[in-house]
Amino acid sequence: MSYNFRFNALLPYTADIVSGVVLTLELSVVTMSIGLVIGFGVALASTSPVPALRRPARAYVEAIRNTPLLVQLFIVFFGLPSLGLRVDAVMAATIGLSINLGAYTGEILRAGFESVRGSQVEAGRSLGLNASQTFIHVVLFPAIKAIYPALASQFILLLLATSVVSSIGAPELFHQASFIDSRTYRSFEAYTLITLVYLALTLGFRTLFASVYWLVFVRRSRT
Amino acid sequence: MIREFGPADIVYLLAAARWTVALALTAMVGGGLIGLLLAVMRVVSFPPANWLAIGYINVIQGTPLLGQLFIFFFGLPLFGIQVDAWIAAALALSIYASAFFAEIWRGSLQSVSPRQWEAGASLGLGYWHRLFYVVLPQAVRISIAPTVGFLVQLVKDTSLTALIGFIELTRASQILSAATFKPLPVYGAAAVLYFIICYSLSRLSQRLEGRVHVAR
Repeated sequence: MSYNFRFNALLPYTADIVSGVVLTLELSVVTMSIGLVIGFGVALASTSPVPALRRPARAYVEAIRNTPLLVQLFIVFFGLPSLGLRVDAVMAATIGLSINLGAYTGEILRAGFESVRGSQVEAGRSLGLNASQTFIHVVLFPAIKAIYPALASQFILLLLATSVVSSIGAPELFHQASFIDSRTYRSFEAYTLITLVYLALTLGFRTLFASVYWLVFVRRSRT
Repeated sequence: MIREFGPADIVYLLAAARWTVALALTAMVGGGLIGLLLAVMRVVSFPPANWLAIGYINVIQGTPLLGQLFIFFFGLPLFGIQVDAWIAAALALSIYASAFFAEIWRGSLQSVSPRQWEAGASLGLGYWHRLFYVVLPQAVRISIAPTVGFLVQLVKDTSLTALIGFIELTRASQILSAATFKPLPVYGAAAVLYFIICYSLSRLSQRLEGRVHVAR
């Protein structure tokens, strides 16, 4: 093998990598927030007894979950302008990712809603809790505990999925790899380093989410 | 030259969709073989094998598939292996899929109650008989629905290989979109084709899941 690996050729681009990390985190957090709001509405609608609400919600979930994110992004980024709506890359990325995530969080929240049984509410009331205490301790808290692991891993998947928006030119972390590649011609080093930065981010967030779970749910239930 | 988006283009997209399916099938077989090995490494009582498998799975599931694709695409030539986009795509997707298959199958294997092992032992069956006649048939039945469910994910993920230049459904739509300047109908048609493939698999997975629960 005659190739000399030169990872130090990437050192001058630390600032670009940091700005990429910042945009990746911003995209992930903003998208997660919007996606949760959409998902909440979708979960309400898809558990509703009214077919006019339930059917569009189911159609949205199925359409999004059975088509690739990349194609959805292309439709938003290249398709919207032909309808007269001009959006920049970061805006298109936020819209595309949020619409995508809404379908997944919708399914998670629906499962959370369905995990709470009516009989548990009655049990809470018969123990002398008032309506708001019953809602907080019997309905809300167990439901959040049930969906927290799924939402946490959805966030990790989202963090990784944001790399796809580099294809429409949003300057997030993965985009920095192709930028550095274009300047240094160190393709392998650039993509390896950026991929390892993602690994560090996901391992960090996994540890964070596991600690929060322990602090909020495990320790509380012991006391 | 700008031209209209017509029936011939639909045929072109359909032809490209064959490569999407071929890539997904290749990754299914390749990923399935590596995944099986990993699942075994994950459950045997030999800690170094467990750690190796856990490390591999964490690295693959903790990095973006896009990164894995580019590393293979740019990395293999450095080791003197000339790769075209198809080889890089098939290799990267197989390795990516193997980590997920391994976790699905480990979960299925461990979801068979330890009592089943004990029941087999009390009937006088040896280890291999218990594995093949008692535990595996149940584990396989549990694993079928999530495995088919992951295939939906795999078909969607083949779209990322467009970004290393492999001409499958998404790359073909990019080419058509550039030629016709009609992104909305072109990407819309691609989305419909993906939907047809993935929705059939999703429904199959749901039906199989229902069947497992009935059988229990």
